[in-house]
Amino acid sequence: MDGALLIHRLHFAFTATFHYLFPQLTMGLALLIVVLKTIALRRNNPVYDEAARFWAKIFGINFIVGVVTGIPMEFQFGTNWSHFSRFAGGVIGQTLAMEGMFAFFLESAFIGLFLFGEKRLSPKAHWLSAVAVFAGSWLSGYFIIATDAFMQHPVGYYKAADGSLQLASFWDFVLNPWAGWQYAHNMGGAAITGAFIMTSVGAFYLLSGKWTTHARIFVKTGVIAGCLFSVLQIFPTGDQQGKMVTDLQPVTLAAMEGLFHSQPGASLVIIGQPDEQKRKIDNPIEVPGMLSILSYRRWNAHVRGLDAFPQHDWPDNIPLLYYSYHIMVGLGTFFVAIMVVALLLLWRGRLFNARWMLWILMLSAPFPYIANTAGWMTAEIGRQPWVVYGLMRTEDGYSKLVSAGNSMFTLLGFMGIYTVLGILFLFLIWREIERGPVAGNEPVSSLHPATEAR
Amino acid sequence: MIAAYVVLDGFDLGAGAIYLIAAKTNNERRRVLRAIGPVWDGNEVWLIAAGGTLYFAFPRLYASSFSGFYLPLTIVLWLLILRGVGIEFRGHIENHVWQDFFDVIFSVSSILLAVVFGAALGNVVRGVPLDSTGYFFEPLWTNFKSGPQTGILDWYTVLIGALALVTLAAHGSYYVALKTDEDLGRRARGFALLCWPLQFFLTISTLLATYFIRPEIMVNYGRHKVGILVPMMVVASLAVMLWANPKGKEKLAFVASSLYIVGMLVGAAFALYPVVLPARDHQYDLTIYNTAAGAHGLNVGLVWWLFAAVLVVAYFVFVYRRFRGKVQLGEGHY
Repeated sequence: MDGALLIHRLHFAFTATFHYLFPQLTMGLALLIVVLKTIALRRNNPVYDEAARFWAKIFGINFIVGVVTGIPMEFQFGTNWSHFSRFAGGVIGQTLAMEGMFAFFLESAFIGLFLFGEKRLSPKAHWLSAVAVFAGSWLSGYFIIATDAFMQHPVGYYKAADGSLQLASFWDFVLNPWAGWQYAHNMGGAAITGAFIMTSVGAFYLLSGKWTTHARIFVKTGVIAGCLFSVLQIFPTGDQQGKMVTDLQPVTLAAMEGLFHSQPGASLVIIGQPDEQKRKIDNPIEVPGMLSILSYRRWNAHVRGLDAFPQHDWPDNIPLLYYSYHIMVGLGTFFVAIMVVALLLLWRGRLFNARWMLWILMLSAPFPYIANTAGWMTAEIGRQPWVVYGLMRTEDGYSKLVSAGNSMFTLLGFMGIYTVLGILFLFLIWREIERGPVAGNEPVSSLHPATEAR
Repeated sequence: MIAAYVVLDGFDLGAGAIYLIAAKTNNERRRVLRAIGPVWDGNEVWLIAAGGTLYFAFPRLYASSFSGFYLPLTIVLWLLILRGVGIEFRGHIENHVWQDFFDVIFSVSSILLAVVFGAALGNVVRGVPLDSTGYFFEPLWTNFKSGPQTGILDWYTVLIGALALVTLAAHGSYYVALKTDEDLGRRARGFALLCWPLQFFLTISTLLATYFIRPEIMVNYGRHKVGILVPMMVVASLAVMLWANPKGKEKLAFVASSLYIVGMLVGAAFALYPVVLPARDHQYDLTIYNTAAGAHGLNVGLVWWLFAAVLVVAYFVFVYRRFRGKVQLGEGHY
C-alpha cells in the first residue's frame, strides 16, 4: 500500500473510532434519560428526577467530548479525502449538511436548556427539552447512517459529465434500503451501551452499599432496556443486515465469515484463525450448514466463497474483518445471555441481592464499546477496497497533495490531544460517579447547587 | 452562513480573547463563562453547518480548499477541541490551579483561533496556488512574502489575522459588557474603547494592503455602484461603536460591531464574486459556476435548507430569550 494512503486511512480510522466511543453513549443515554424523566413526570416521583439529573451530568461531559471530536470528522472528508469529496460530495454533502442544519442545531439549542434550565422551565417544558435533545441526537445518527449507506450501497445518483456523482433522486438517496436496517442495528447498539453503563453504575452502587434507592432504579431501567435491545440487535436487525450483505456485498460476507471456498451447505465458523496464504481456518469450531441457513434460509444453499471473486476485489484486510465480525457477534450473544438471566432474576425479585450477577453486570461496562467498535469496523473494512462501493476505490479517494509527512503530523497531533482528552474524561466521569446521584454531596467550596444539572 | 458563524461564535471567541485580562477574579471569570456557556456550542454548530452546506452545494470548492488549507484547518480543529474542553471542564474541578490551567487554555486557543480565521480569510482574498487539477497545498509559511510560492502566513494574511483578533476582541467586549455589570462590565467597556483605534487603524491599512495585493478588487465596485453601500456601512458602524460605547449603550455597540463584521465579509465576497477561491494564476480561479453541485441536488437542497433555516432561527430566538438579561451567579453551572 502506498505510504500516504495508509496514513490517511489510519487518520480517519483513529479519529472516527475514538469519536464514536462518545456518541453511542450520548444516543443511548438520551433515550434512557427521556424514560426516567417520563416516569418522574407521570408518577410525580422526585427520585426519578434525581436519577435523571445524575445521568444528565454524565451525559453533559460525554456530549462535550462527542462534539469536539465530531467536528474533525466532517472536516476530514475535505482535508484528507478531497478526491472522494469532489467525486461524491454532490450526493453525500446533502446528508452531512442536513445533519448540521436539522439535528445539530436542534440538539445544541436544547441541550443548553436541558442542562441549565431546569429551574427556569416547568417540569413539562424541561421534559420536552430532554425529548428535543434525544430527537436531535437520534436524527443526527440517521443522517450519518444514510451517508455511510450511500458508500456501502450507492443509490439515487447519476454520473455527471466531469465524472463526479450528483443527486438524481433525493428520496431514493435518503431512504436507501441499506440505511433502514443499518440505522436500526446501529441505534440498538447505542441503546445497549447506554443500558449497560447505567446498569453497571447501579451495580457498583449496590455492591458498595451506597445510594441503593437510586441504584435500583439504574439497574432496573438498564436491565429492561438492555435485554430488549440486545435481543432486537440479533433478531431482526442483525439478521437483516447480514441478509443485505449477502445480497449486495457477497465478497464481504465471504471474508467476514472466513469462507475461502464456495460450497453448498456452508458451515458457520464460531472459533478459528483465518490463514490467507493456505486459504483455510486453523482449529475451526463450526456449526454445519448454519451459514447457508443464515444467508439463504436453506441448509444446503450454495454460498460463494472468496474464490468466487477476483482477488483485487477482496477486502484488503481479511483477518481484521473476520475478527471484528466475530467479536461483534460473540459479544452480542453474550449480551443476550447475561441480560436475559438478569431480567429473570429481576422478575423473581432476587437481582438486587444476587451479588455474583451484580459483579458481572458491573464488569460488563466496556463490552458494548468493543462490540460497537467491532461492528463499525466490520462495516467499513468490509466495504474495502471501495470508498464508494463499486464506484470509487479507496486508493483514488485521498488528498493527493497532502503528503504522508503532513498527514502523519496531524495524526500524531490528534493522538496526543485525544489521549489527554480520554484521561480527563475518565477522571471527570469517575468523580461524578463517586459524588453520586444525591444532591448536597458537592464539595464545600461549590457555589452552585447540585440540583442544577451537569 | 459564514457571516453568521463569525458574528455569533465571534463574540464568544472575543470573550475568550479578553478573558484573562478583563475578568480578574474567579467569580468574574465564571460570569463570562456563564454568559457564553449556554450558547457557544450552538454557535459552533454554524461552523459545522456552513461546512456541510459548502460540501453539498460546492463540492469542488470544499475538496480544494479543505485539502489545500490542510494544516491551518487541522490546527483550527485542535484549537476548537482545546477551547471546548477549557470552557466545559473548568466548572467540574473546584481547584484553582486546574481552573487557571483551563482559563489559559480557553483564552489562548480563542486568541489563536481569531488569528487563524483571519489569516484564512486573508488567503482567500490574496489567492492560492491552484493549478489545472483544481487542487493546491500550502505550507504554513514560506518566506512571508506574498508570492509566487505562498504560505498560509505571509505579511498580508498576518495583518488580516491581527485585524480579526482586534475586531473579535472588541466584539467580545461589547457582548461581555452587555451581559454583565459592575467592575467586569466596566472593564469590558474600557477594553473595547482601547480596541477601537487599533481596529480603525488596521481596517484602513488592510484595505490599502488589499488594494496593493489585488488591484482588481475594485472592479466589481466600479461595475455595480450599489456595492459602495457596503464600505459605507463599515465606516458607519465603526463610528457608531465609537459613539455608543462610552455612553453605555452596549446593545447598540454590539449591533454595530456585528454590522461591521458582516460588512467586511460581504465587502470581500462582493469584490471577489463570482470567484470563490481565487488562484494566483487567474485561469485556475474557482468560481461558483465551476464548483457547484448538480442542478437537482441544489434545488432539493435549497428547499430543505430554507425549511431548516427557519427552524434554526426559531430555536436561537427561543434560547437567547431564555438566557437574556445580565448574568447572575448562584444558579447553574460554570
